[in-house]
Amino acid sequence: MPSLKDLRNRIASVKATQKITKAMQMVAAAKLRRAQDAAEAARPYSQRMGKVLANIAGAVTGGADTPKLMAGTGNDQTHLLVVCTAERGLCGGFNSQIARLAREHTRSLIADGKDVKILCVGKKGYDILRREFASRIIDRVDLREVKRVGFVNADEIARKVIGLFDEGEFDVCTLFYSEFKSVISQIPTAMKIIPASAPDFETEADGELDASVYDYEPDAASILGDLLPRNIAVQIFRALLENSASEQGARMGAMDSATRNAGEMIDKLTLTYNRQRQAQITKELIEIISGAEAL
Amino acid sequence: MADSFNFELVSPERLLVSEAAVEVVLPGTDGEMTVMAHHAPVMTTIKPGIVEVRTDSGTINRYVVFGGFADILPEVCTLLAESAVHVDDIDRTDLAQRIQNTTEDLADAKDEMEKTRIAEYLSHLTTLQAAV
Repeated sequence: MPSLKDLRNRIASVKATQKITKAMQMVAAAKLRRAQDAAEAARPYSQRMGKVLANIAGAVTGGADTPKLMAGTGNDQTHLLVVCTAERGLCGGFNSQIARLAREHTRSLIADGKDVKILCVGKKGYDILRREFASRIIDRVDLREVKRVGFVNADEIARKVIGLFDEGEFDVCTLFYSEFKSVISQIPTAMKIIPASAPDFETEADGELDASVYDYEPDAASILGDLLPRNIAVQIFRALLENSASEQGARMGAMDSATRNAGEMIDKLTLTYNRQRQAQITKELIEIISGAEAL
Repeated sequence: MADSFNFELVSPERLLVSEAAVEVVLPGTDGEMTVMAHHAPVMTTIKPGIVEVRTDSGTINRYVVFGGFADILPEVCTLLAESAVHVDDIDRTDLAQRIQNTTEDLADAKDEMEKTRIAEYLSHLTTLQAAV
């Protein structure tokens, strides 16, 4: 049985923890709003980019000069997985969910006899994945210094990916991130970015002008050549934004339940504390009374 | 009064401008072009330079863009810029930094094709620096 002093100390420490988790929850809520706004603000660009790509892809595809970024290299032996996670923990299952999805994907690819290379964005994913796939991780990108994810960061990653692609390091590139559905639900998602998937274009293209009426300056193929790398940067940017919103959402949820748990714990401890205090008082009274009776 | 059309300037971070414009001058890769209402559908890449937008009321807004492309339709003109700022808010140190980076890239360039491409980009940047 812990002494009264021990109990008091424990209550005090749980209370301190509760204050911290409460504060973290509120910070996460504020950051979430900002992250959501950023994700919202970035949407027009990626939407229009999709439209333009759809248009132009319709005009170019099929020819022998279709850029490799869209047509693929012709085989799918080597896969590159870009795994985007957070830099910090304490956000519930956020990081482990993304890592689990990536791990399952990697295992099934290896089982099929494919080569897998992993590019980690964010520290947490690296920490989890390196236990099993240390030899397959070719690079990692650190975003710890970055306060707000900017397009520059995404562009840097995209450049890295495209550089590897141009050197023939991989055939297929898949992006792993967590899609932000709502504050309480974030869905880890895998998205293939190289080769750019054609069905996307078609669904987005409906209701648009027929591609053939367009004039292209300089010409369709070179615009497409310029556009595809940029599109990859945009996709990565979107993934990073979704990720940061999801991270904050997950953290908010995790900290909310942590605060609640701390509250319950405090209640329980206080109850034990009071009982014990009462028991002690009773004991002392009995001692005094029986002492007086003995006289 | 000339007809107006909807002009949108979008950067990856956000939608910068969406307004009715009468006339927009774009720094296309193959030369500057002026877009007015009922323009034939054109898609063009953009070099770093200044975009000039004349609105309905006659005011002229100037924006600095760093590469991108424009999607021009009879009623809308969408400019997807890699990065864009209003000409008054331009950060000169940022511009100087870009020029320096590009100069370094030029020194590292391996083949002729790349070298030409980067040199061209560099010249656009320096012209831009002179202009603002």
